[in-house]
Amino acid sequence: MSEMIREDGRKFNELRPIKIEAGVLERADGSAYLEVGGNKILVAVYGPRESYIRRLLEPNSGVIRCRYNMAPFSVDDRKRPGPDRRSSEISKITADALRPALMLENYPRSMIDIFIEVIEAEGGTRCAGITAASVALVDAGVPMKDIVVGCAAGKVNDEIVLDLSEYEDKEGQADVPIAMMPRTGEITLLQSDGDLTEEEFAKAIDLAMEGCLQVSELQKEALMKRYSTE
Amino acid sequence: MIYVENKDLVIPGQILADDEYYSGRGTFKDNGKVCSSLMGLVSLRNKKIRVIPLKSKYVPKKGDVVIGKINDVRFSMWDVDINSPYSGILPAFEVFGREKKELNKVFDVGDVLFLRVVDVDEIKKAKLGLKGRGMGKFKGGIIVDIAPTKVPRLIGKKGSMINMIKDKTNCKIVVGQNGLVWVKGDEDMEQLTKNIIHLIEAEAHTSGLTNKIKNKLYLAIDGELPPEEVSEEEEEFVLEKPKLQNFKEELEQEEREAEEKEAAESPEAEDADEAAEVEETEEDNAEKDEKPNIAEVIEELRKKNKNKDNTISLGDNSNNSLILNNK
Repeated sequence: MSEMIREDGRKFNELRPIKIEAGVLERADGSAYLEVGGNKILVAVYGPRESYIRRLLEPNSGVIRCRYNMAPFSVDDRKRPGPDRRSSEISKITADALRPALMLENYPRSMIDIFIEVIEAEGGTRCAGITAASVALVDAGVPMKDIVVGCAAGKVNDEIVLDLSEYEDKEGQADVPIAMMPRTGEITLLQSDGDLTEEEFAKAIDLAMEGCLQVSELQKEALMKRYSTE
Repeated sequence: MIYVENKDLVIPGQILADDEYYSGRGTFKDNGKVCSSLMGLVSLRNKKIRVIPLKSKYVPKKGDVVIGKINDVRFSMWDVDINSPYSGILPAFEVFGREKKELNKVFDVGDVLFLRVVDVDEIKKAKLGLKGRGMGKFKGGIIVDIAPTKVPRLIGKKGSMINMIKDKTNCKIVVGQNGLVWVKGDEDMEQLTKNIIHLIEAEAHTSGLTNKIKNKLYLAIDGELPPEEVSEEEEEFVLEKPKLQNFKEELEQEEREAEEKEAAESPEAEDADEAAEVEETEEDNAEKDEKPNIAEVIEELRKKNKNKDNTISLGDNSNNSLILNNK
């Protein structure tokens, strides 16, 4: 592997600086704040709670709903507020990525709501959203099998690199965001955008998984810090 | 093989032990390992591992005493919000027996009641009843909301914490196992008690809490610290003792307490006499760390007291259905 230096000076397998904080919102049942590079994301979790939308409830398990939303000022050009095709997709895949880790059967006929607000965006918000959401879920006391973590890898200048920035995402050739459960190594989200050969794809996944494990440690640290420092 | 110690703080997915251990509440088995499913503290007994959550929602359990708010009046029952993902129902016959009366003349929407969970069905709907001492409607007072897992901490060892607050503030306090607390007394004292309860909730996992709260209460009400009862020997001991150890011990105590009376704060369970000889010993330890804060607190609380000179009594003492007043 060549020691290529990237546009922002990182090595091919280097993450952007990450900061995670759990329990930042007073009125939510669980919450988390996360910064990755230029991303700033706030997640609130409410529930398990009773829902009056009876048709959504399951008789033998709880359900989760997720809303991913980008603030109008989160990107350079103003984003038109409100849901759009992209945020509906991310809302869905986030809920799908988190669901396998949750033990919802403990709370039948209840609902958990997750709100992901992107305050500032700089590439990789869906992975950051998943990472922050699972910290918020733990903070809310929802029983889980594992803490889901997300991380992306991609191809820039014919090189497989970890954790794409906004520039690399736009200028690069491919983007592979994944989410996984670090204890078992199960992958709960796998998307791929761009052109990759089979080897490159395998390499990207391996690299992204490695990144996930690194982020996972930071998640754990943030959670431990919430209670042990006081 | 076990990978954690009793009272360790664990997070979901963390491997706790190998196959020879039994998985209790808050844990699950996967691939021959016992793993935690919650963020909480490990409780190890014989070969059974449990995790006690730091935060959780109240799930109704038969026999619990709860505080609920009437949400709706229906033909033959009331809908009650019991601060849980599952709502409760109070059937009319639990209140009237065979008699027929108009429901909304007895309890109306918004009334707050002290209830017992009579039964929980498969879909976790809680059937509530009013049979038992002190059950019924609250008149006046305020409701304070805390996490249900922190209820044992608020009550303290043999009711030490709650009795101390009651004695000092002269408020009537009723604690429901669903994390709702009813407080009634002077308006000022209600607010003070509310603040104190929130403080207990926020610091439930720290050591020396009863003393800390005691200091705050005395400061707020008398304007001075309670007489100190620290002997020198103990002080020396404190310095050597790591803080974490303290924390663990207390939680151990607390848990024992919680289990002793699962029935938590039912009026009968209270024994104020025994509360006197409580946490004194271990809790002196923590006192040292807390002193710096006290100066600030004095100022803060004095200011508050000055602003509120005219105490207004709610004057409704006809509330004899509630036996949970001071002793």
